[in-house]
Amino acid sequence: MDLKQTIVDRPSHINWRALVLPILVILGLEIGGHVLPLETEFWPVPSQIATAGWAALLNGSLLNATLETLTAATLGLLLGGSVGLAGGITLGLFPVANKLLTFSIEAVRPIPPTAIIPVALLVLGAGMTMEVSIVAFSAAWPILIFTRSAIQSVEPRLIEVSKVLCLGFFSRVWKIVLPAALPRIFVALRLAVAIALVVCVTVEVTANPIGLGYGMRVAQQALRPDLMFAYLVWIGVVGWSLNLLLTSLQKLLVWRQADEGR
Amino acid sequence: MYMLHRFERPLWFLGSVLVALGFIGIWQIVASSGLVSNVFLPGPDRTFRALLAGLESGVLTGKFFSTVQHMFYGWFIASLIGISLGAIIGTSRMAQVYVAPSLELLRPLPASALVPVAIAFLGLSTSMVLFIIGFGALWPMLLSTIHGFTSVEPRLNEVSRILRLTKMQYIFKIALPNAMPDILAGMRLSLTVALILAVVGEMLSGQDGLGQWILASGRMFRSPDLFAGVILLGALGYMSATLLTWFEQWVLRWRNEG
Repeated sequence: MDLKQTIVDRPSHINWRALVLPILVILGLEIGGHVLPLETEFWPVPSQIATAGWAALLNGSLLNATLETLTAATLGLLLGGSVGLAGGITLGLFPVANKLLTFSIEAVRPIPPTAIIPVALLVLGAGMTMEVSIVAFSAAWPILIFTRSAIQSVEPRLIEVSKVLCLGFFSRVWKIVLPAALPRIFVALRLAVAIALVVCVTVEVTANPIGLGYGMRVAQQALRPDLMFAYLVWIGVVGWSLNLLLTSLQKLLVWRQADEGR
Repeated sequence: MYMLHRFERPLWFLGSVLVALGFIGIWQIVASSGLVSNVFLPGPDRTFRALLAGLESGVLTGKFFSTVQHMFYGWFIASLIGISLGAIIGTSRMAQVYVAPSLELLRPLPASALVPVAIAFLGLSTSMVLFIIGFGALWPMLLSTIHGFTSVEPRLNEVSRILRLTKMQYIFKIALPNAMPDILAGMRLSLTVALILAVVGEMLSGQDGLGQWILASGRMFRSPDLFAGVILLGALGYMSATLLTWFEQWVLRWRNEG
């Protein structure tokens, strides 16, 4: 679900009216911070945040932390995504397996992913492995559910065609079922990417001493609110760019499909 | 044939329960075979004993209800703010042009990234937990309310103009009923988010609740208690989703009556 007005609605087009509010807020904070008798150690003004962020960018600590977070998110997505995809395809193709596993899935799925943090911490200890496994656990569910329903709703005539053509099981999945279900699987992927980033930052803030979330915690505990806010803004930028990237990819995919259908 | 059809659904359900019991059996076998150390993986027997002991002594029950409280209050605050803000943005052209895109900037920000900020300003308090839950749960509600308000059938808009409805009358008689299905879907999503963030908030603030309980149990290697807490959290997630589904069906019953 997208809002109608966005800041960048096409890559070349920037919606200037949308930028009025953010610019006013930043200016207001900057001027207010200088005029009002606040202690800047606790209330950093935007220029201080930008300076701290720029310094962290130059000494590489910000990029290093970003790399750690994105690595964990990507590995977790790959792992959880393939498990979810395989599971979703299996359950979508074999109604018997789906019906028999309903109860087990519905029993495990409502567990909040953050509740897995202590379990992973106990079994795997802090580090990359633990973060990857939690991301995998949380990303697998939406992909499994979406893939299953996408495959269940593949046009039955396509399946009949594949039977008439005497396609084998694997070529039927690869040539007929997956392409037909792809757009909806991609929606799930977009959802899962957003989830992966959120889970990564959550795990890092809560328990794991790597990545952007931990960088924020350290800045907060070292009484560097300027750096803490710089991390916060940066996390927002990373999340926003990922979302933009996936939205354009999705548009490209849907556009190609519509094109081929003509 | 009719009889068979009638029993089909309960039979499949029974089958899937049996499969789930089979999984628990496998869990028991793996745990008692010693393949995985008991420190990490307590068997279902020890887990359920810990669960029962915790419920009988009232310790786990207390933690359960404080998590419910955090989750509910944070979600409730987020619902109030989300629906009213969404109604304002959804009915005002100005707000859609100038305010809505900025929300798009804030939305991808993980709520947990605000935890260090919230700790710096609010300390390790209940209000910090509620702030985190409220912030995270706000977005699904806000976006779905805006969507519901902006997708009113154009003819209804024309009718309301002809009837000279005031803005308030328009909101309560036309826009809000129209947005109700979207709002309820948003409420369901944000309830899930609220539980996830309640656990995070409790872990970090040490405020009483299941999140704090499972983190402490894990650190002290009391794995049966840890697993009991995780099971309770799963049950809480399931119950809250089910309750809201019932509520949704009750509120939207007019849609099926036609």
